[in-house]
Amino acid sequence: MSSGNDTADIQSHIKVYITVFAALAALTIVTVAASYLDLSTGEAVFLALAIASIKGSLVASYFMHLISERALITWILMLTAGFFFVLMFIPMISFIDQARTG
Amino acid sequence: MDIPYTVEERPDTGLFNAKLGVWLFLASEVMLFGGLFSAYVFLRFGAPEGAFHEWGKELNIPLATLNTMILISSSVTMVMSWASLKLNQFKKYKLYMGLTLLCALAFLVIKYLEYTAKFSHHIYPSTNTFYAIYFTLTGLHGLHIIGGMIVLFYFWIPGNKMWDSKPEQFTNRIEIAGLYWHFVDLVWIFLFPILYLL
Amino acid sequence: MDAHSHHEESFIRKYIWSTDHKTIGLQYGITALVFLFVGFSLMMIMRWQLAYPESSIPLIGSIFGEDGMLLPEIYNSLGAMHGTIMIFLGVVPLAVGAFGNYFVPLQIGAPDMAFPKLNAASYWSYFVGGVIMMSSFFSADGAARSGWTSYPPLADIEVGQTIWLIGMVFLITSSLLGSINIITTIIQLRAPGLTWMRMPFFVWAQFVTSFLLVLAFPPLEAAAVLQLMDRVAGTSFFLPSGLVVSGELLDVSGGGSPLLWQHLFWFLAHPEVYVLILPAMGIVAEVIANNTRKPLWGYNSLVFAAVFLGFMSFIVWAHHMFLTGMGTAMSAFFQITTMIISIPSVIILSALFISLWGASIRFNTPMLFALSFLPMFGIGGLTGLPLGIAASDIFLHDTYYVIGHFHYVVAPGTIFGLFAGIYYWYPKITGRKMSELLGKLHFWPSLIFMNGIFMPMFIQGLAGVSRRLWDGGLEYAHASGVLHWNEFMSISAWLLGLAQLPFIVNVFYSLKRGEKVDKNPWDATTLEWTAPSPPLPHVNFEKIPEVHRVAYEYSVPGRKRDFTPQTEPKKG
Repeated sequence: MSSGNDTADIQSHIKVYITVFAALAALTIVTVAASYLDLSTGEAVFLALAIASIKGSLVASYFMHLISERALITWILMLTAGFFFVLMFIPMISFIDQARTG
Repeated sequence: MDIPYTVEERPDTGLFNAKLGVWLFLASEVMLFGGLFSAYVFLRFGAPEGAFHEWGKELNIPLATLNTMILISSSVTMVMSWASLKLNQFKKYKLYMGLTLLCALAFLVIKYLEYTAKFSHHIYPSTNTFYAIYFTLTGLHGLHIIGGMIVLFYFWIPGNKMWDSKPEQFTNRIEIAGLYWHFVDLVWIFLFPILYLL
Repeated sequence: MDAHSHHEESFIRKYIWSTDHKTIGLQYGITALVFLFVGFSLMMIMRWQLAYPESSIPLIGSIFGEDGMLLPEIYNSLGAMHGTIMIFLGVVPLAVGAFGNYFVPLQIGAPDMAFPKLNAASYWSYFVGGVIMMSSFFSADGAARSGWTSYPPLADIEVGQTIWLIGMVFLITSSLLGSINIITTIIQLRAPGLTWMRMPFFVWAQFVTSFLLVLAFPPLEAAAVLQLMDRVAGTSFFLPSGLVVSGELLDVSGGGSPLLWQHLFWFLAHPEVYVLILPAMGIVAEVIANNTRKPLWGYNSLVFAAVFLGFMSFIVWAHHMFLTGMGTAMSAFFQITTMIISIPSVIILSALFISLWGASIRFNTPMLFALSFLPMFGIGGLTGLPLGIAASDIFLHDTYYVIGHFHYVVAPGTIFGLFAGIYYWYPKITGRKMSELLGKLHFWPSLIFMNGIFMPMFIQGLAGVSRRLWDGGLEYAHASGVLHWNEFMSISAWLLGLAQLPFIVNVFYSLKRGEKVDKNPWDATTLEWTAPSPPLPHVNFEKIPEVHRVAYEYSVPGRKRDFTPQTEPKKG
């Protein structure tokens, strides 16, 4: 059980779910449309990831109730996110800073 | 002596055990898919300039967009099935859970069509590094969908008897299953633009 | 919920598919000790080859090749499997699966783990993974032979690796399920009054260890999937373009990178070494507190250091990759983080050393092992420094120096800590003490021969002898001056094996003939000693403990007894 035990609470949550669904659907159209814009690779990557992050945050915050979840869970996720970014950092290491002769 | 906090929340953490457990599991899944995303970036850097973009043009964007919509819908029906239990509406729970499973099935069917279309054009994981990571990422994601479907099906029919004897614990289980399901949707929300649109 | 204690469980439910954390802990412990024996045996064979490279293996030689001569590729299999078995089938299951499962719930006053069925599943996943790993020895092509580190391109194309990867998937799954269980148990099931800073250090150590397992193992699982794809589906995740094998161009798409494997592998494997050491540090702390009759010095520092160590362990991994062509910026980064991570280790070691000051030491067997852990881990840690510094690592990487370093930390380090735990907690598990005489007969030769095996490795490493050479360096001129150490080390190894016999005898003998004990034979303060010996099936305690004190109230001035259990209420 998380927050919201009585009927009125759940009903208002349901309104939120429908709104989020509409937003997610809309953002999906946006992200596909944006892929047809003439952008550099870096800009395209940034835009795509930004939109995906917004969509992901909506799913996490409202469908997964993170927005009203206990701090402990949020801390665990932030720790995980930190190490996730370290993992993403790995390719940068290998390609950007290589040993060179001369 | 039963295990405490299986159903009721522990006061200082505000959580019941399974909720903490599933979030820890999802944290490990973030790192699992993270390893694969890291591999994607690594391979893309290592490929010739523009190669991944070129190779990715073979993918079917409209089908994948449809799949994205289907999975998002399944996320909504999933959370609605939990909300129905909170509102004591067991019949609505079964309806929404059934819809969730239907969406999941549709997703897998479309994925099957995509894969077979690729194979018939002689595009395999061994073809190049883009398709290697494409098939692995979507394949692992697909396995997660199948695993989720098995659990959801259990809660839809054989396991739903728990609603009669222990409704609170049953509702908690649906919430936990929902968290997993939303996570699978979340992974796809990132997979879709990265693989199909970039 | 589970069957309550008052009706009989079937044999299967009681001993095979048990959901009682104590039974599962014992299952892990027995299985792990068997695997440690197997891994040790593989090493003893390898050491014969290293001592006498031109002679055949005695007695069992015909298994290994013609005329009993050990083939190089078989030597490589023994090496790869020795490492794999010791780490993944031996030490971690014993340290985390056995000790963690058995004693974390007891030390926090809980009736069981948070998820008992998941616990059983994690044990059986480990068991299946172990069977799969061992089955590789009997497969047509034999066991994996690309090192436990499984570097591509070799691991992508060499035999025996597929089964290894499948086994690893089961082992990783087991580990994930187990660590989720431990974290949830510690957070949710602490007894009333057991605040975080009243927890025994052993529990903190297990907590940090489990976080490392939850977050660091999955990237290796991802990498294992990728390597399986390379081997089975013809992908080129790790195979670069233009790879020539046996004179022929490999028929794959290419475009992959062996470095990708190394990064993903070491992202786990570095935190893994802290998984190997932390539980042992936890055990040593418990045994030292109890046998010095003093509180641990610097409890807060110990906790902080353990948490900081866990965090740092995620950002040092590429010190295993200094020779892969990384630039100076990245090498400097990883060298700095590696130097920083030595600080919490030193804090922990120092706190444990200082805990001995002014102590009233009882030199029983668990304490002997715990005390010897300190200088042994000290040597292991100090010899890590030249490896963590990139400039010196250039000479020492992939030499015997590395093997000496990590064995000091794991063998007379962790394993001695685990022995301390077995001697210390055996009375709680069985209701009887182990024999002190046999214990000392086990301890002293073990200490001597551990050093006999591993100290000369530093000498060989500094001389430049490479690791993983099937003939121990026979063909290299630069090794000729130090080769004579091989026989010395091998004899030490076989004598170390003999020294374990008193231990094995002790374990079985004491079950029937050991001195019977009640709840608290060591006069200890922590919660497990308030339960019966052995604790009650499924519930552990006669009633849920209530905690009023910190973990180590020994020799508090003004009190009659030299220890006060955590459950004793405060007066006034």
